[in-house]
Amino acid sequence: MTHVLDPGTLEAGTRPAPGSGAPFDDVTRSDAALRAFLHGLPGVDQVGAEQRAATLGTRSIKTTAKAWAIDTAISMVDLTTLEGADTPGKVRSLAAKARRPDPTDPTAPAVAAVCVYGDLAGVAVEALEGSGIHVAAVATAFPSGRASREVKLADVRDAVGNGADEIDMVIDRGAFLSGRYLEVFEEIVAVKEACGAAHLKVILETGELVTYDNARRASWLAMLAGADFIKTSTGKVSPAATLPVCLVMLEAVRDFRAATGRQVGVKPAGGIRTTKDAVKHLVVVNETVGPDWLSPDWFRFGASSLLNDLLLQRQKLRTGHYSGPDHVSVD
Amino acid sequence: MSQLFEYAPAPESRSIVDVAPSYGLFVDGEFVDGSGEPMKTVNPATEEVLSEIAVGTEADVDRAVRAARRASTRVWGPMRPADRGKYLFRIARILQERAREFAVLESLDNGKPIRESRDVDVPLAAAHFFYHAGWADKLGYAGLGPDPRPHGVAGQVIPWNFPLLMLAWKVAPALATGNTVVLKPAETTPLSALLFAEVCRQADLPPGVVNIVTGAGDTGRAVVEHPDVDKVAFTGSTEVGRSIARAVAGTRKVLTLELGGKAANIVFDDAPIDQAVEGIVRGIFFNQGHVCCAGSRLLVQESVHDEVIASLQRRIGTLRVGDPLDKNTDIGAINSAEQLARIRELSDIGEAEGAHRWQPACELPDRGFWFPPTVFTDVSPAHRIARDEVFGPVLSVLTFRTPDEAVAKANNTTYGLSAGIWTEKGSRILAIADRLRAGVVWANTFNQFDPTSPFGGYKQSGYGREGGRHGLAAYLKESS
Repeated sequence: MTHVLDPGTLEAGTRPAPGSGAPFDDVTRSDAALRAFLHGLPGVDQVGAEQRAATLGTRSIKTTAKAWAIDTAISMVDLTTLEGADTPGKVRSLAAKARRPDPTDPTAPAVAAVCVYGDLAGVAVEALEGSGIHVAAVATAFPSGRASREVKLADVRDAVGNGADEIDMVIDRGAFLSGRYLEVFEEIVAVKEACGAAHLKVILETGELVTYDNARRASWLAMLAGADFIKTSTGKVSPAATLPVCLVMLEAVRDFRAATGRQVGVKPAGGIRTTKDAVKHLVVVNETVGPDWLSPDWFRFGASSLLNDLLLQRQKLRTGHYSGPDHVSVD
Repeated sequence: MSQLFEYAPAPESRSIVDVAPSYGLFVDGEFVDGSGEPMKTVNPATEEVLSEIAVGTEADVDRAVRAARRASTRVWGPMRPADRGKYLFRIARILQERAREFAVLESLDNGKPIRESRDVDVPLAAAHFFYHAGWADKLGYAGLGPDPRPHGVAGQVIPWNFPLLMLAWKVAPALATGNTVVLKPAETTPLSALLFAEVCRQADLPPGVVNIVTGAGDTGRAVVEHPDVDKVAFTGSTEVGRSIARAVAGTRKVLTLELGGKAANIVFDDAPIDQAVEGIVRGIFFNQGHVCCAGSRLLVQESVHDEVIASLQRRIGTLRVGDPLDKNTDIGAINSAEQLARIRELSDIGEAEGAHRWQPACELPDRGFWFPPTVFTDVSPAHRIARDEVFGPVLSVLTFRTPDEAVAKANNTTYGLSAGIWTEKGSRILAIADRLRAGVVWANTFNQFDPTSPFGGYKQSGYGREGGRHGLAAYLKESS
């Protein structure tokens, strides 16, 4: 038995070079092999995971640390509108806000992306031209994912064709919950292929998967299938993103990188409305996976109302006073 | 790893609590001078002198015991049990109201991080008073006969690791059962007990029911050996416990002892690894490892040893060591220079015996008493660091191959206070827990305390239980 005294040496020793082909090729050969692999992952103790998240939630983030956290959180926001009533006008208005979140303060950073339904991706692309802000589109029969494979793939191609450079797909929770893991895997692989150069975010909808064990298995399944990001929720199901589920998913991307050398991003979405919530998530990132993930390339917030609270808190730090909701734009 | 996210210091305000330049003894409801040479109590994080503390001599202890006896026979003993309960409820509520004050004072005097005194010590201390307040008028239903009676005067000596919490563990059941108390807090951490004396006055507790006599070993001995003390309760080192047992032997006094431990924290290969790592950290680094039930021996199954150790080291790298009053500090100061010397000595012995010492890169403050979180791998059951209680942030890692071996190694200690089991398999938890000679066995968690749960040890970890229905028995005589 070798005693590894420096985690760095363990990772360097067992981690294949990026791009050399995952060491897990054989686990996706059959449903049985995939099942055995996913069920062989270390379990998650619910009480322990929730306790850890709660403890991290008590970190006291003040002054310079808070200012840094607020600006970082703003730069990680996927500013989202996913309503049936969405219109080109609404998307353009959102894009304007994405570029310049605080009209009174040009030092406020821009957000990471604007997230819309696929048919409006073209409008967003046009409105965000030259800004460097990404356009994310939800696809694959979002939010339920209840459609045939052909329809889902067509949905993806349509969104990519409209110019979206990030695709947020939903997994087939029905297939996952009934244990048809390989089916879920193959679907993600097919969607990834249909994405082309676009980044793929895989939405696990952890609120419907219910257990943390399932969240960890689904995370690994998505990563094995080539996800660039794993995302908690659609925002249409309650509970959406929670701190413990984000913790479990971060542990999964950390372990996945240690095993394969490939880094995968994490996006909690839905239910994160306040600066306090966002800062708690950043603390969990910081203390679970470290600074490597503390950038919009590897961590995003899927949110619509969070941005305004971040801006109000930002104004508060700058002026020393709380202002009202009329000091930030409605969209 | 470059640190992007630096947490700015978030210090709790010291001004919430007044530390007097000097304190007397609390006897018969009054603060009085002690006859001994006063001593100083320091902040272990800075070595700054906090206050001067009176020292009780035999004569002072005698005064306190006589006050307690008077209160016992005239007021507290005859009082309606429901009224005793009201006093306890009142104390519990005041503890909650003044929680922040107590938390700051405890961290100043003890060196423990404010997040622990704020989130663990003070809330649990209040919970013990609430819990025992509920028992005060229901003692007939505790399974100790229809009308159990108090012993009378309880002499109590408590340690420095949880000054307020250990006070609550001792005082709350004693009062609920109708006993009066003479308590000697530890010499390095008397301040929260003296603030508690103020709480007793605020709650209008009758004079003499609680008496607090500060001082060192001689004062403690005077309390234990006083002929008019009926019941002795001690929490502290096995060595002192042994001398108390000798002193009490042959008298009519009743004795309970909560002594040292060298708990095994057993991690099986099917354990939830991330939570097990959290449990290992909580087991040994909680309160700087100054915990008698600390999980100081990690028994990890060989097949997952490397994975667990790598995860543990990564996790320890995130622990923040430093100013106890910073709300983001995870590990505070070692309580005293003496204790620091002992931790250093035992760690050096560990290395000399061939175990491998690992410590994370962490900066320690220049002043004060500090020791970084430490892990020893390659430890054998024959090593002293696997046998002696270090009482500091030092973990010894041993391995095992089968459940039988785990049990044999876990029980191979002169102590028997606590143990931990980490496995996803429920049947294994029950099977192993049954075979462990330990007073408390935690499953997939560690260092969890609750007033309803009895706590105590086997072998050299002492005898008697505190907390729960079992804890009441130590303070009551069965009615005949």
